[in-house]
Order: sequence, then structure tokens, then C-alpha cells
Amino acid sequence: MHHEEPFKDRNVSENSAYYYVDIEAYPETGWDKFKQVVKRTFSGELFVGLWVVLREMIKFDIHTVQYPKEKLPIGPRYRAVHKLLRLWESGYERCIGCGLCEKICISDCIRMDTRIDENSRKEVTEYSINLGRCIFCGYCAEVCPELAIVHGPRYENASEQRAHFVIKDDMLTPLDLLKAGEQAEYPGFGAIIPGSDASVKKTPLAY
Amino acid sequence: MDVAFIIETIVKIVVILLIFSALAGFGTYFERKVLAFMQRRLGPMHVGPYGLLQIAADGIKLFTKEDIVPQNVVKPIFKIAPVITAATAFMAAAAIPFWPQFTVMGYTVHPIVADINVGILYVLGVMAIGLYGPLLGGMASANKWSLISAARSAAIFISYEVITGLSLLAPLMMVGSLSLIDINNYQAGGIGNWIVWSQPVAFILFWIAAFAETGRTPFHLVANDHEIIDGFGTEYSGMRWGLFFIGEYANMFFISFVMAIIFLGGFGDGTIAGAIQLILKVAFFFFFFLWTRAAWPDVRPDQLMWLCWKVLMPIAVLNVIVTGIVMMF
Ligand code: SF4
Ligand code: SF4
Repeated sequence: MHHEEPFKDRNVSENSAYYYVDIEAYPETGWDKFKQVVKRTFSGELFVGLWVVLREMIKFDIHTVQYPKEKLPIGPRYRAVHKLLRLWESGYERCIGCGLCEKICISDCIRMDTRIDENSRKEVTEYSINLGRCIFCGYCAEVCPELAIVHGPRYENASEQRAHFVIKDDMLTPLDLLKAGEQAEYPGFGAIIPGSDASVKKTPLAY
Repeated sequence: MDVAFIIETIVKIVVILLIFSALAGFGTYFERKVLAFMQRRLGPMHVGPYGLLQIAADGIKLFTKEDIVPQNVVKPIFKIAPVITAATAFMAAAAIPFWPQFTVMGYTVHPIVADINVGILYVLGVMAIGLYGPLLGGMASANKWSLISAARSAAIFISYEVITGLSLLAPLMMVGSLSLIDINNYQAGGIGNWIVWSQPVAFILFWIAAFAETGRTPFHLVANDHEIIDGFGTEYSGMRWGLFFIGEYANMFFISFVMAIIFLGGFGDGTIAGAIQLILKVAFFFFFFLWTRAAWPDVRPDQLMWLCWKVLMPIAVLNVIVTGIVMMF
């Protein structure tokens, strides 16, 4: 799924496809203006315009995406509604309740509650994101040390209730889906970039 | 005046009203589709097959929408303005022969409401009265965009009346009659007899003026969405706005008929083939209105005035003089 777009040099330079448009000098005298009008009238520019649109109509190369029926693919690092993931092996929640996401969130919209459970493990009892305030900046996913909170690809978040999508039960991968192996470990925002092992280098110790 | 004549006339009026109101609806559908295809879109698709029922949806919407009369408008004038536009558009249709005469069960039907001897003068005159729709509607709206639009429409319509009148003068001198049926019969000999060949300049001028008269795209400044919202229609809603709309589209159809009859031979010798040709010519002119809307930019009001008074009017006058000289010798 990982793919890199080649870098497009959008600066104007000799070997780019972009160039400055020639702008003719503005007419100064009345005679110049008249000549410009005559030239524009008889140079057939109007008919070029007519031809271009007619050609497009005949080619019938329609670019409309009929949205609810057809959808455009979204980028793998698209930042849509969050998901809380589980550990593959044990099914435990990945979130360790460190609170970093809550701390970094610039809209202050993450709210969580934790407690120490019977095994002296920190357990997250409440975790909610107020999507009405979230600006989908992705900081929470970026900062999470456990890859627990990520941005999913679901951008259609219309619902009957504001509270939908935002509480922990809505975001957390359900256990049955996890068992069925359906937790999407996509290379989304906050996830490890595929092939990142190869790019790990030893920390240089010698100065 | 016998009863049969009155009944026949009323039937004709009702038929014309119904057909062209419906055509105005279909006109919007075609416009949206043609524009969409030219811009690589699909246009209306969801209401009915290929969006065909969109017209019905629009109609229902317009009819059931709340009729808002804003607080500060001049109410009687505000209310009457759309009616003027729609009514004059249809009144102009009275002198247009839409079809050659035909015989149904031994009864000869003339598909023209009134073959008056000043036909074209009447058509242009009544269409010119249509100016009062945008003008009064815009002035009564208590809205600055509407006011600008009213001023523009007054300036444009009056200026371009000059062009329509002068450009038509030359063909009329050749025909020697103002009746559209006489003009049509003058060209009955076939393509070679079409007035467009002897009066190409007049044809182009009239065509250009037709765009100004109907307020279509290169000259769409009376209701230019991106600068003055909907111009005179800004404060209107529901069916009042719909009347403006019907008037505009009916006008486009009627002016297409007029152009086809005066310059392109109309229905020719009056056979079925000629009648079908007339429909095709009108369809082409109507399509051209939509086509230019996709292709051409709008001109500024001052450019429009410049074009009218400094370019088109001198050419029209020259055309009349040259025609007169040629006819004299
Ligand atoms: S995406 Fe940004 S705003 Fe939204 S919860 Fe995360 S950190 Fe907060
Ligand atoms: S940063 Fe990650 S692990 Fe820490 S509380 Fe947030 S979701 Fe849980």
C-alpha cells in the first residue's frame, strides 16, 4: 500500500513544464485599442473557444465522480476519524494511559480517565475525543508511543448523534474483529512507515 | 368576427402558452446538460432517468416555495415586474409563424395567432417592453445589486434596440413587408434565396443583438452571478422568480424563431420538410445560446456600450446605406 509520489518541482525553471504567460503590452492610444479589437475580432479566438468546448462534448470524457456510488481513493496518510487499536497477540488495548495525546492535543479535545487495576496495570477507563473540536491535526497519533491511537480512513462521519464515533467503545477495535484479523494495520498517520526497520541506524556515539 | 375564429385563436394561444412554458422547462434541462458535457460533467443525474425529471422537481420547488416580498420593496411594482417579463415574452409570440399552414380534416390551420402586417415591428416592440421587467423589478427591490442590474438592463436594451432595428432595416427594404409570413415567402425558393446570403452583415448584427436582448452569456451583465448576484432577481423567490426565468427562456426560443424566419428561410415553401427544417434551425440557434455560455467570457458593461455605439451601429447604418444604393441601381 505504501507508495511514494515523485517530487514535483513546481518552481518556474528551465526544465519545468511551468512558464510565465506572455502578456502583451496594454494599448495606449485609441488607435492601438482599435487595432487590438480588430485583431481579437478576426483572429478567430472566439471560434477556438467554441471548438474546444464542442470537442470536449463530443469526446464525452466525463470526469464526474458520482459520490455516494463512487469514491475517490484517499491517501494512506489521510487523517480522518480516529481509531484505538489493540495488540495483535493478546488482544489488550495498546493504550497505556500515558496521557501524552491528551497533553499534546492543541484543541484540548481528548479526555481520558485511568485507574490502577487488580494486576497493578494502568487501565484506561474513559477515552473520548470531541470531534466537534478536533481539527484532525494528527498530533495525537504522532505522539502516541504505543501506536494506539491512529487516524482511520473513515471520513464520512455524518451521524444522528454528536456523541457517535467519539467515545472509546466506538473507536476501539472490537475484540471479535481483532480475532477475525480485521484490525487494519494500515500505514496511516501515526503508524510506523513500512520499511522503517531498514532505515534505523546506530546512534553515533563517537564525536 | 365569427365564433369559430375566436375559438380557434384561443386554442392557438393556449397551445402556444403550454408548449413554450414546457419548452422553457426543457430548455433549462438542456442548458444544464449541455453546459455539463462541455465542462466534462454529468449534470443532473439523480431525479428520474438521466435527471429527466429534474424539471418536474424544479417546478414543484418553485411553485411550493414561500413567496417572499421583502419589507422595503415597492410592493405593487415588485409584484408586477416578473409578470411583465413573462407576459411580453409570450405576447411577442403572437405574430410569429411557428409552422407552415396545414390542413386537419378539411380545416386549414394557420399556426400563427395574428398575421398582422407589421409583424416583425410588433414582435420587436413587445420584446422591448420586456425591458420593464428587469428595470422595474430591479428598481423596486431596495437592493443595490438589483439597482445596478436595473440600470444595466435599461442601458443595454435601449442600446441594442438600435442595433436590432437598424440591422433588420436592410432585409426589410429588400422584402418590402413587415409581415413575418411575407418575409418567409420571399425566401421560399430554397437555400439560395435565404436572406442570410444577401445580408450577411445584418444577420451577424442581429444575432449579436439577440444575445443582448435575451441577456445571454457574452452580454449576461444584467444578472452576472459573480458580480451582482442574480441582479434584478436577487430579492425574488418562488414562482415570481420562476416567471423571470420562463420569460428569459421563452424569449430565447422566440428570438431563435425570428432569426430562423428572417434570415435562414423559415419554413421555406411550407412543406413538412420545410417545417422540420425550421425546427432544426431554431434548435441550432438555441443550442448556440448554450454553447457560447460554455465557451465565452462576459464583457464589461462599458465594453458593451462601446461595441454597440462605436462599432455595431456604424456598421448597421453603412449596411442600410449600401443596401439602399444597391437596390436603387
Ligand atoms: S487530531 Fe489533533 S485536535 Fe484532533 S484529537 Fe488529535 S491532537 Fe487533538
Ligand atoms: S498517547 Fe497513546 S498510549 Fe498514551 S494515552 Fe494517548 S493513546 Fe494512550
